[in-house]
Amino acid sequence: MIVIRCPYCHEQKTEEELTYGGELGVTRPLDPESASDTEWTDYLFMRTNRKGLHREYWCCSIGCGQWFKVTRHTITHEVTEINRSDDSVVG
Amino acid sequence: MQRYSFFNLARHALRGNTTYTPAWHQPKLKPQYDVVIIGGGGHGLATAYYLAKNYGITNVAVLEKGWIGGGNSGRNTTNVRSDYMFPESVAVYDLALRLYEELAKDLNFNIMLSQRGWMTLIHDQHQLESAQHKMNSLVCNGIEAQIIGREEVRRMIPTLNMSANARYPVIGAFRQKRGGTIRHDAVVWGYARAADQLGVHIVQDCEVIGFEKAGGSITAVKTSRGRIGCGAVGVAAAGHSSLIADMAGFRLPVTSHCLQAMVSEPLKPLLNHVVFSPSTGVYINQTQKGELVMGSARDLYASYGQRGTFPTIEKTITAVIEMFPIFGQTRLMRHWAGIVDIVPDSSPILGPTPVGNMHINCGWGSGGFKAIPAGGLLLACSLATGKPHPLALKFGLDRFRSNRLVDESAAAGSAH
Repeated sequence: MIVIRCPYCHEQKTEEELTYGGELGVTRPLDPESASDTEWTDYLFMRTNRKGLHREYWCCSIGCGQWFKVTRHTITHEVTEINRSDDSVVG
Repeated sequence: MQRYSFFNLARHALRGNTTYTPAWHQPKLKPQYDVVIIGGGGHGLATAYYLAKNYGITNVAVLEKGWIGGGNSGRNTTNVRSDYMFPESVAVYDLALRLYEELAKDLNFNIMLSQRGWMTLIHDQHQLESAQHKMNSLVCNGIEAQIIGREEVRRMIPTLNMSANARYPVIGAFRQKRGGTIRHDAVVWGYARAADQLGVHIVQDCEVIGFEKAGGSITAVKTSRGRIGCGAVGVAAAGHSSLIADMAGFRLPVTSHCLQAMVSEPLKPLLNHVVFSPSTGVYINQTQKGELVMGSARDLYASYGQRGTFPTIEKTITAVIEMFPIFGQTRLMRHWAGIVDIVPDSSPILGPTPVGNMHINCGWGSGGFKAIPAGGLLLACSLATGKPHPLALKFGLDRFRSNRLVDESAAAGSAH
């Protein structure tokens, strides 16, 4: 079971109380008009889908409602780093 | 290789079953193959079999990093059906079911196909309307199915909770009679044995660790057991497809998730359908041995952890007992998970890739087992001819760029 301490409300939450938000670093093209089809396809659909340490978003959905960043191992589910959305590291 | 028949069965039995030989060889790796297939699951082995049988290409190696039947082919819930929404999907999934119907004869291996009927419960007016919508679309696509009423469901599945205070009352069911179950090990073993008989090399304990490329094509596959030269490469690695694509130098619209399943102790026969409840997300059937096989929706976070987790087990079991209170005293025997390859439109990716001589078969999500014969046949065609099979045209990787998705997740409401 995935257990993460929310960096905002500092409560320990289980995967049942959290919402997974997908991998970090998927950025919408900054200049949509000039972005190519390849850039749009990459943004909309393509994912790194890493086996091992994975940077991802989670939301403290049954809790304080804040989104935050987590580094988690996708085999062991060990959480190695938790950051607030502005990247400040909390405990 | 010896044919399996009643006569041979009896002959072996009289000799105390000590005279059987292995169903396939442990070949010595050759330095070069015409086709190397990555992934020795159902899709990879079926690809090798159809390459040899339909296209006469037998200088083929199937590389499996674990053992045959140890990945998703041994981790699914063995269900088959073809009740999809879009004509292009039905064409592929029903081809798979039709091939499955002939497969035991074709492979000379009893795959224990049991077309006991697939039943999707209908719990409310909205589900009834979408079931009718799906029915109409299936009729247009030539697939036989029916909607049955509450009393008929009660008669067919007397153990189902039909009481007025059920959490999800049952008002009827959608039923595809040709749906059912297959012994999943038998599918991979049967394909492996038949492909081996045609000269294909099945190499277990052989993990791909990289590629050698020249001029935009792959010239050799680097593996944990050495370098293997190749003419073409087929990828049938399901939840691990992204890793292969990454080594080959392109990206896939795939995320890997756990799909869990569990099995109870064996009971006397009491459930003769595959039953799926769209409200609880649970599907359940009873194996020929008597065990109850149960599963529900995939875990929603990215994962390569091939094991069950308690939140999902609890959710699934709670729903099963709500649907079948009679199973309340049954003990759970095993639980596990397979890693499924989820794509945004819940349809497979079939055919060529940005790498010249690499062809792919992935993206089946939680529906890969039911598609094995078709997936193998279509990838074999792609590898043999260099072009996608006509049935695979709408399922190319390029559909994400041209934005022509085949959105089965929205259309058929499938759980994957």
